[in-house]
Amino acid sequence: MRSPFRPDAVPDAAVLDDHKPLVRTLERRGLIRGGLSLGALVMLTGCDVKRPEAVESALLALSRLTDDVQALLFNPNRLAPTYPASMILRPPKFNAYYDVMDVKPVDGATWRLDLSGLIADKHPWTLSQLQALPRSSMVIKHICVEGWSYIGGWTGVPLRVFLERVGADLRAKYVAFKTADDYPSSIDMATALHPQTLLATQYGGDPLADPFGYPVRLRMATKLGYKNPKWITAIEVTNTYPGGYWETKGFSWFAGL
Amino acid sequence: MPSFPRRLRVTGHVEIEFMSQVKDETPDMPAAPPQAGRRLHPLPIRVMHWINAIVMLVMITSGWGIYDDDVIIRGLHFSPFWRLGDWAAWSLNWHFAGMWFLGINGLIYLIYGFASGRLREKLLPIRPSDVVRTVIDTLHFKIAHEDITVYNAVQKLLYIVVILAGISQVVTGLAIWKPVQFSGLVWLFGGFQTARVLHFAGMAVIVGFLVVHVALALLVPRTLWAMVTGGPHLAVRSRIRKGHAQRGHAT
Repeated sequence: MRSPFRPDAVPDAAVLDDHKPLVRTLERRGLIRGGLSLGALVMLTGCDVKRPEAVESALLALSRLTDDVQALLFNPNRLAPTYPASMILRPPKFNAYYDVMDVKPVDGATWRLDLSGLIADKHPWTLSQLQALPRSSMVIKHICVEGWSYIGGWTGVPLRVFLERVGADLRAKYVAFKTADDYPSSIDMATALHPQTLLATQYGGDPLADPFGYPVRLRMATKLGYKNPKWITAIEVTNTYPGGYWETKGFSWFAGL
Repeated sequence: MPSFPRRLRVTGHVEIEFMSQVKDETPDMPAAPPQAGRRLHPLPIRVMHWINAIVMLVMITSGWGIYDDDVIIRGLHFSPFWRLGDWAAWSLNWHFAGMWFLGINGLIYLIYGFASGRLREKLLPIRPSDVVRTVIDTLHFKIAHEDITVYNAVQKLLYIVVILAGISQVVTGLAIWKPVQFSGLVWLFGGFQTARVLHFAGMAVIVGFLVVHVALALLVPRTLWAMVTGGPHLAVRSRIRKGHAQRGHAT
């Protein structure tokens, strides 16, 4: 699989010529010396290295490799374990890059879901239109990258049903989301089509409460918590890597469970 | 400088090393057995040992960085000094980068260890009575280390424990990394949070081993040097050891 992080356009060859003097100063000896001193530094300082650029790009390259392996490990037919409804945590755990007091509620009556990209019918959707689609429920474990977890019960339109209904190109690579809280996110198409990937509108049988993404949020049983955007306002199907809020800060993009 | 009287004064192990050096230069020594020249730590073992040493430090310290966002033991935090990665995103990147080196290096080590017979030769058998005797001797500060090519019962036990802990870390790590794809593993460990605690406990076992291992290596620097240069030649070693042991019995 082609790395989703590989740029679509490569720099012009002339750029190399411009930097020829710089390239000449790169010595293998310097690399080895740098590597050794970095290694020593890592050991001595208890690893308080402020991410030199070379280390950062090496780590990101390995993270992309790990993402590719994660995509290979993802079995589209494997279902995440489910639990009885009696185990649902009420209310669910709130987590965002800001405090729960800073949540800005979204008005369901005026809410519209915008569509763009490789989608045949790009008409915006209203909440009642979305709720008229067939729904499905799941009681699954929410696992945060930090390590905590809880069991939640979610009901909504399977993303696959929605994408098929609007005529999305299901061979495209990415499904990207925009949200009311400025938390862009994106997932791979294989996960978008997984039966446990919902455009959730209910939690534990009740409409989503404001802090948890009313009116519509994404809920996947096969990805870490931070991959599930709340208060979704737009969906795009694309072949261009869209990234995401935490991904631009260094977190893994695939983040599959 | 007269070498003969000097040799009389030296201790047993220095004498042995001296003789093993002589062996290389003396043509009239008996024909060496087929594995002659094999060193205590063959090159592949040394390379894998030091890769593992670095990667283990990366895994432990980056793990502490990940741990700190949601602690398992209330009140137990690791200060930034001990964390690899200036915050969780980079601790995670270090951890998942190190994962590949740890897993591949460890797998080759186990295959090599089983195929060459080294693991069995060095670590088995362990007799409970030997363990008890070594512990008692150690408590009396009688730590035998003249012969660094043979591990005492406690050493064998510790090496087996740490190898098992390393394997356990990989398996519990897989369980908490991919709890859906490897849901069978999570079930085996009794749930996601239990697997996570086991992953933490495995780290504690390895860190505990590391403290003892590094302390002893520094107390007997010869062992540390052997893991760099390869140590004494085994075939010669074992022959001389026999003589050494016989002398020991006679006294």
